[in-house]
Amino acid sequence: MPGIKLSEKTIGIIQQVCSDFRNEGSELINVLHQTQGKLGYLPAEVQEVIAKELNISVAKVYGVVTFYSFFTMIPMGEHPISICMGTACYVRGSEQVLAEFKRQLSIEVGQSTPDNKFSLNCLRCVGACGLAPVVMVGDRVYGRVSPQMVKNIISEYKEGCVSEAKSA
Amino acid sequence: MTKKIKISINGVSVEIEPGTTILDAALQAGVIIPTLCYHKDLCVAGNCRVCVIEVAGQKRLAVACATPCEEGMEILTNSLKVRNSRKHIIELLLSEHNADCTRCYKNGNCELQYLASEFKIMTQDFIQLAPLKKYTIDMFSPSIVKDDSKCIRCQRCVRTCVELQGVNALTVAHKGDHMKITTFFEKAMSDVVCTNCGQCINHCPTGALVEKNYIEEVWDAIADKTKHVIVQTAPAVRVGLGEELGFEPGTRVTGKMVAALKRLGFDAVMDTDFTADLTIMEEGTELLTRLKKVLVDHDPEVKLPMATSCSPGWIKYIEHMFPNYLDHLSTCKSPQQMFGALAKTYYAKARNLDPDKIVSVSIMPCTAKKFEAARPEMHDSGYRDVDYVLTTRELAIMIKQAGIDFMKLEDMHYDRLMGESTGAGVIFGATGGVMEAALRTAYELVTGREVPFENLNIAPVRGMEGVKEASIIIENPLKEWAFLEGVELKCAVAHGLVNAGKVMEAIRSGQASYHFIEFMACPGGCLGGGGQPIPTSPEIRRKRAEAIYAEDAGMPIRKSHQNPEIIKIYKDFLDHPNSEKSHHLLHTHYTSRERF
Ligand code: SF4
Ligand code: SF4
Ligand code: SF4
Ligand code: FES
Ligand code: FES
Repeated sequence: MPGIKLSEKTIGIIQQVCSDFRNEGSELINVLHQTQGKLGYLPAEVQEVIAKELNISVAKVYGVVTFYSFFTMIPMGEHPISICMGTACYVRGSEQVLAEFKRQLSIEVGQSTPDNKFSLNCLRCVGACGLAPVVMVGDRVYGRVSPQMVKNIISEYKEGCVSEAKSA
Repeated sequence: MTKKIKISINGVSVEIEPGTTILDAALQAGVIIPTLCYHKDLCVAGNCRVCVIEVAGQKRLAVACATPCEEGMEILTNSLKVRNSRKHIIELLLSEHNADCTRCYKNGNCELQYLASEFKIMTQDFIQLAPLKKYTIDMFSPSIVKDDSKCIRCQRCVRTCVELQGVNALTVAHKGDHMKITTFFEKAMSDVVCTNCGQCINHCPTGALVEKNYIEEVWDAIADKTKHVIVQTAPAVRVGLGEELGFEPGTRVTGKMVAALKRLGFDAVMDTDFTADLTIMEEGTELLTRLKKVLVDHDPEVKLPMATSCSPGWIKYIEHMFPNYLDHLSTCKSPQQMFGALAKTYYAKARNLDPDKIVSVSIMPCTAKKFEAARPEMHDSGYRDVDYVLTTRELAIMIKQAGIDFMKLEDMHYDRLMGESTGAGVIFGATGGVMEAALRTAYELVTGREVPFENLNIAPVRGMEGVKEASIIIENPLKEWAFLEGVELKCAVAHGLVNAGKVMEAIRSGQASYHFIEFMACPGGCLGGGGQPIPTSPEIRRKRAEAIYAEDAGMPIRKSHQNPEIIKIYKDFLDHPNSEKSHHLLHTHYTSRERF
């Protein structure tokens, strides 16, 4: 399955849990519970494997994971990047900013970079519409972000930590 | 026969079948109970409570849509208690609703607005929560706009996507106050398994799910004197449009629609039915070629069954859900895209126009066609083949905006070159229609005789059953097709993606062996498309289907290969079906996609 970056071992663990519950869709909650017990959290990729194993829709898995506060979907990257997709930000071009982040980091929304430095997420309006489009990295807010600024924002957090070559 | 039971509704006693819900019983007795989360196409959810009623002797109010009648029940649908409680429920819904009706696309056709107006909600007894909440408006999809601030969480869309379409793109996520209708990881609709079929739009009671409209863009193009704006109309539009403009469901308004389009200012009004006929020529030939390659040459590369490819919702579905089966799809583009590719080549040349100056618009019963037109590969004319796709509903809006009294229009004819069509092209709009049209032509090509059904009506593929099957044994074929002697051509027809999924599973497991399958994403085929007038119900779909078949029966020519403009285009431009030129302009390829 392209796009999933779980290790063979992790996938094996999830598959084992699913088969312990006879790969039955009705056991979803138990499967999620056990999987979280073993892996610590339930990111998108894990939910996808579970959906596939139980042959149910991944949207449904997501619905259940978000319904119970017990389940968690994140450890985020060291520097979680959030792009506001509220109306004001959307209208002022957050879509292009998001596209640039995706391109620079080579990840999709809801994913982390392989070195776990950055994770990418979309937010609903963060209440700073005057600064649209708004990007948050950790607790820091960047306003009026243009796609041209993306590279610099990323490098602020990269410097001294990761070599350019490695993250390219 | 089961014994009827006796109940009373508002003091009037009625006899009904056991198991009937209070809602249906009331309807039979001529009493209307308001509803919101209820929809005739879907299973009962009973979550909005708008349909509350009082049962004598019971303290708690019951919900009419989810409560079956019991012998002797005395039901009150209009007691003071019911009225107050119903009003409260509507007020509560409105308190967390971004009710800026005057700026809402659904203004005038919204069930929530209608309820508010019926119950004259003038005061504000609850705190307005809407301004305090943060909502997402998802505008990434070329087909669908999803505005959570208009969502009343009735979950009709979720049930539609699961029960009718088997796609499960939408889910209910989070809880309590934060509960919302969303996708996997709240991705944009354009980034998930959504097929853009628009059935959720058609079933949403509010403005939370609507089509992305291109009305202003089309008005601008029409106003631009340097542009030559042409329009094509899909088969199913002519049997739906009338509903938006004052006619009863099932009224055929072909001639009036053409007249209205001319009045709107389009430079040429032509017919997607023409390219539906062309599809039959191309797809029919492709089918026969595949049969030969499989049955005679035993070519392992060539796959059967061949699946139709005119429904872009179905195409995206198979790309997500059965990506290993893409080589079963006919390579034919949909009629819309064939038309688009020809508009900026064949038509441009014949009319001596610069293709760069042509704006090609299509009127479709479908929201997936908006996505299809935007697919990067749909540029075979050297330009974007179809520039703007409008739904039946958007066309109705333009007609109203233009102040056209639709009812009074005189019928007009399509313009020539790509405006002539046959009964075979028209029935593309109904489930089973592509199959029927293909068999009419393919059988005759192979045997030299008409398809052996009364009046060319291939009854087994008609009707609203989810999966239909038909087979024809080929006898005495022409010499060229001698290898088909005695072959039983097995066909199937599926409409509604949940049924498409069943057929695909049967193929995957080896249970089914067909040669040719028609798939349409929407229930009833295009006539029940996601871009058709709202509401659409089983009853309305049936009426539109009757209208389609009546249109077919009334056509002078009913077989695609006899369409004079089809004969002409092969003579003047395309040479023959599946020629090099048609491969370049009329055929395409597919992309496998992830399943989330
Ligand atoms: S969804 Fe309906 S009630 Fe809400 S703003 Fe739109 S028209 Fe008004
Ligand atoms: S989007 Fe529409 S159909 Fe879906 S829950 Fe909201 S209001 Fe209901
Ligand atoms: S457009 Fe069709 S596939 Fe997409 S969410 Fe709506 S019903 Fe589901
Ligand atoms: S829309 Fe981005 S901060 Fe409000
Ligand atoms: S219509 Fe009966 S509860 Fe919603």
